[in-house]
Amino acid sequence: MSLILGSQHLDRIQDTLQKNLIGSGVQNTMLIDMAGNIIVTVDNGQVTRDMYSLAALAAANFGAMCSMARIVGEEEFSLLFHKGQKESIYFSRVNEEFLLVNIFDNEVTLGFLRLKMAQVIQELSRVLD
Amino acid sequence: MAFINLKDRVIQAKIVYYGPGRCGKTTNLEYIYSRCREQINSEMVTVKTQGDRTLFFDFFPFDIGKIAGYDVKIQLYTVPGQVKYNSTRRLVLKGVDGVVFVADSEAERRNKNVASLMNLQENLALYNKNIFEMPLVIQYNKRDLAKQGIEVLDVETLDRDLNGVLKAPSFEASAVEGDNVVVTLKKIISLTMASLEKELENGDW
Repeated sequence: MSLILGSQHLDRIQDTLQKNLIGSGVQNTMLIDMAGNIIVTVDNGQVTRDMYSLAALAAANFGAMCSMARIVGEEEFSLLFHKGQKESIYFSRVNEEFLLVNIFDNEVTLGFLRLKMAQVIQELSRVLD
Repeated sequence: MAFINLKDRVIQAKIVYYGPGRCGKTTNLEYIYSRCREQINSEMVTVKTQGDRTLFFDFFPFDIGKIAGYDVKIQLYTVPGQVKYNSTRRLVLKGVDGVVFVADSEAERRNKNVASLMNLQENLALYNKNIFEMPLVIQYNKRDLAKQGIEVLDVETLDRDLNGVLKAPSFEASAVEGDNVVVTLKKIISLTMASLEKELENGDW
């Protein structure tokens, strides 16, 4: 079964990501499905990245983490965060089918991002459900 | 699960190359990647072990141009063929829209082909997908081995083993030499797109 989204839904998702995440200093934010398809991607206009490859790897990485969680007796690891020297990646599950991936530098703190994410996930859930 | 973006008129669909270890799945993708660079705006992603075997998957997105006014982007993946990586194969199959089953023509690998095909059927079933209804192409790879004096199975035997009931389109191929690699790809893309079109006509969304 395919997922089909029209302008109205996609614009709402894009606005939510732009306002809350790019507006708060995140470089790239990307809503993907668990199969690795990109639903919406937004950036700050200053970075160029291969988002298709990133989406494929992010979906696989998140899937692998969920499998690991089940092996150790957890439902899921709710926080998935990779910290680099300059850039970091933060993954958040929106619901069963969607994942939000954020790339940000040292200007943005993880705590601030987590606060923002709670709000964004609520808004995205309203659109996607 | 294909994604159709009505706003930008883009379709993304996922095709997975499946088969036993060392059957040539990665070689198929490497050939496509080297020959179709104009349609691939991305590096080929490979997650390998130290021994150069596929650990997780190989991947690149492949632009096939416009169909009915939509830009169609096919996400091509391989799975790791080794038996022990079944949980990884399941992850890669999530949301799959079409499958190329790459069989190894070498006579010694006969049982491994059958086991891998059964494994594909089981893993698809986990996602409520029926192998008989899924767009599927079977590729009998490594036909070139015969030239090196290595015993290969004849196509009738391969057909009987793997395609007797499925009746999927099948091609003899040599991924190393590029024989029928693109033909296989074109066929699975056409089946996948036809399946998506049918789904849309039936309103299954």
